[in-house]
Amino acid sequence: MTAVVEVTNLSKRFGNVHAVDDVSFTVAENKIYGLLGRNAAGKTTLMQLLTGQEFATSGTIKVFGQSPVENASVLERLCFIKESQRYPENFKPRHVFTTAPWFFPHWDAEFAARLISDFKLPVNRKIKKLSRGQLSAVGVIVGLASRAPLTFFDEPYLGLDAVARQIFYDRLLEDYAKHPRTVILSTHLIDEVSELLEHVLVIDEGQIIIDQDADELRESATTVSGMATSVDSFVRDRQVLHRSRIGGLATATVGRLSPEDRTAAGAAGLELSPVSLQQLIVRITGSAEQEVEQSA
Amino acid sequence: MDEGRPIFVQIAEQIEDDIFGGILAEETQVPSTNEFATFYRINPATAGKGVNVLVDDGILYKKRGIGMFVATGSRKRIVQKRREHFEAEYVQPLLSEAHKLGISPSQLATIITESSMREEAQK
Repeated sequence: MTAVVEVTNLSKRFGNVHAVDDVSFTVAENKIYGLLGRNAAGKTTLMQLLTGQEFATSGTIKVFGQSPVENASVLERLCFIKESQRYPENFKPRHVFTTAPWFFPHWDAEFAARLISDFKLPVNRKIKKLSRGQLSAVGVIVGLASRAPLTFFDEPYLGLDAVARQIFYDRLLEDYAKHPRTVILSTHLIDEVSELLEHVLVIDEGQIIIDQDADELRESATTVSGMATSVDSFVRDRQVLHRSRIGGLATATVGRLSPEDRTAAGAAGLELSPVSLQQLIVRITGSAEQEVEQSA
Repeated sequence: MDEGRPIFVQIAEQIEDDIFGGILAEETQVPSTNEFATFYRINPATAGKGVNVLVDDGILYKKRGIGMFVATGSRKRIVQKRREHFEAEYVQPLLSEAHKLGISPSQLATIITESSMREEAQK
């Protein structure tokens, strides 16, 4: 495995706020990563640190083996699409796409043109006159057509409707298949992107609390439901992530079950059902479900 | 894809279904991992895992530089495998539901016989 990012004991403090708190992890080459977590968990700060836009308080960051800060040979291989990118006054999307190849050596103008037509983006309208969704489309097009070896999307689709988001996912997957690269996607819409991800990083209160293969993570929890007494006795010696009860019925979310566990659950009349990545993360980051935006 | 089982398992089952149903004939090429990934909107690594399950089972084999092909005799092997799982997957749940409803195994046998006779009559 080639690591494109290696982070060791990285911290970033703003006053006495620990936005990123002593994290260490690596990012493997040519995988699609999900960087997930609640608002203010530290996602954006982490991406700003990795792209050399913030200075670390302590710890080391290596991107393509070097520090990204003020380092042109690293920065030309990165693309960072931010939620609220600002553009020069009077800029039009066409100006963005004309200047993009100056910054991104792998820019594919033909691919950009196709994406512009997919998203029906008016390229000659002033950027400040664009709708929120159209503005997001500008960022998504830059992020895809730049084909940067390491691409960050930070909540790239504010205001994009369901159809436009699907176009984004489809184009990302098609182009990634043809031109493998490392993608780090930060989003609240976990259910929508869950199957695109190969690896998941979950950040909570500045710390990486999950760093795992997406398929393994999906299999790492199960919901057990049935008669409350049976559920209670089945989960007694297990770690329970979540529990709820209606009358005599109960459900409990527990960790990985062995085949023997599954047989035992079946024999006890319990139903087993999988836990989606989104449910799992909501349960682990331990807070009210309505805090996570539901996918539209 | 449904959330029920691991996605790579579902991909493997989908390919098996197509071989079983004759859509993918033996010794024909199956779509590439990337084609599966874009079609099902899943990560190519996940699609690759599904294909590899079938390679390990000897259902698919790799022709270097060309792609994946359906192995000779694979349809027969899939039928064999499905027969082995038939009891656990279909009969056990049926018996357990029948038991909850107070239908005895012999009553169940009668229901099955009558139901299949009606189906035959309709053909």
